[in-house]
Amino acid sequence: MTASNNLTHEGAPTMAGATYNFAYLDEQTKRMIRRAILKAIAIPGYQVPFASREMPMPYGWGTGGVQVTASIIGPDDVLKVIDQGADDTTNAVSIRAFFQKVANVAVTTRTHEATIIQTRHRIPETPLKSGQVLVYQVPIPEPLRFLEPRETETRTMHALEEYGLMHVKLYEDIARHGYIAKTYAYPVKVEDRYVMDPSPIPKFDNPKMHMSEALQLFGAGREKRIYAIPPHTKVVSLDFEDHPFEVQKFSEPCAICGSRGIYLDEVILDDRGGHMFVCSDTDFCEEQRNEH
Amino acid sequence: MRAADIEGGFASPVLDSQATFNAVMRAMAEPGTIQAVDREVSPPAALNPAAAAVALSLCDQETLVWLDAGLANTKGIDVWLSFHSGATVTSDPAQAQFLVVADPAKLPAFGSLAQGTQEYPDRSTTIILQVVSLDSGHQLTLSGPGIKGETPLSPQPMPDEFVRQWSENNAQFPCGVDLILAAPDAIACLPRTTRIHVQEG
Repeated sequence: MTASNNLTHEGAPTMAGATYNFAYLDEQTKRMIRRAILKAIAIPGYQVPFASREMPMPYGWGTGGVQVTASIIGPDDVLKVIDQGADDTTNAVSIRAFFQKVANVAVTTRTHEATIIQTRHRIPETPLKSGQVLVYQVPIPEPLRFLEPRETETRTMHALEEYGLMHVKLYEDIARHGYIAKTYAYPVKVEDRYVMDPSPIPKFDNPKMHMSEALQLFGAGREKRIYAIPPHTKVVSLDFEDHPFEVQKFSEPCAICGSRGIYLDEVILDDRGGHMFVCSDTDFCEEQRNEH
Repeated sequence: MRAADIEGGFASPVLDSQATFNAVMRAMAEPGTIQAVDREVSPPAALNPAAAAVALSLCDQETLVWLDAGLANTKGIDVWLSFHSGATVTSDPAQAQFLVVADPAKLPAFGSLAQGTQEYPDRSTTIILQVVSLDSGHQLTLSGPGIKGETPLSPQPMPDEFVRQWSENNAQFPCGVDLILAAPDAIACLPRTTRIHVQEG
């Protein structure tokens, strides 16, 4: 019994990161992804195919974002990871721990301290600065996929800049509901050329992509696509002259910090209809409370 | 091949590649900004250190590299690049994913290079063009994605008729080639989206 315990203890330390290449991926994979990232930056909004690898986590947990982050991160970077705005949810915590282990980098929950922010479905409320990189985890990169299932067709549609189908979809929303019903993954047009899926961020965050100071990289692991928006790039949410794009508005302030004009999550408190609205961005909420 | 022919690669290939790529990524994302490339490499003399570092960080067995006549005819450069990156040197520029050009006069017409297709505009060439300096030449004024308003860049020497050639490249969008300008210790990038105006006078 004692002997086997000793064996386990002797074996364990060698598994603690030292056996991995820096940032987990092998160098050839990183170069392949880096070449894809450069093309993505040169053609804003265009989805560059890449040879996505299996990662030590299931698809849907951010394998695309993780591969992008692993390919750009260096020992001096400071990493922040958010999941729906929160730093302390399972996905965010485990990805942060992953990079601490395989790249030994500094991590933070503070938006302004981070050099790389990997995100699932939010853009931080604190405006991003020049030099920061925002890495999005993307489930379905193709904005036209639910309208046209064939990749060969959607590729041709992008080539021909044929986006009529998307406008028909938005129009049908108006015909049926009186307004554009899409509230997340709201399609945008980048630099007047490519229609792009901003990943399932709430449409509330769409305006933050326009002329951002930060570089925005998007990684879709299962679908094997990387795309990008350079800083200071035009990003316009699709709309109609008589039905202009609008973001969600909240009548109440955050129940914890009292902020207005930010994105709120509804939290259910009991089984009698009790609920409260709080900041989705946990770091922003904490900073507001510290200031008051 | 002597041992001296293959000396001078990255001292720490993993971290040096990352640092060099980081400079390229930032230069590509913010065209016109000059990014230092300070990881030590000692390529054969005709290749400058920044161009060599960029090539080592991006090229491997999956990429074909084309060298201009001056570099291709300089003994040892193809051996050095292949040894450190694993890339194959090709004599056909249309096949190459990367071009390394030391003499601006030898920059091939973009029409003879891979420019991607409307369906796959990413299947295009990236040119690494060696220059002497990024701030002492004739001033180019840049605008486009990644640039707040306009920004100056003064590389030298540049090919004759470069501005005309580049505007033709712009007109191909989303197809086209991307350019990495490599001075000995720093780089600047011109992705295909960057528009160039020449400052009068």
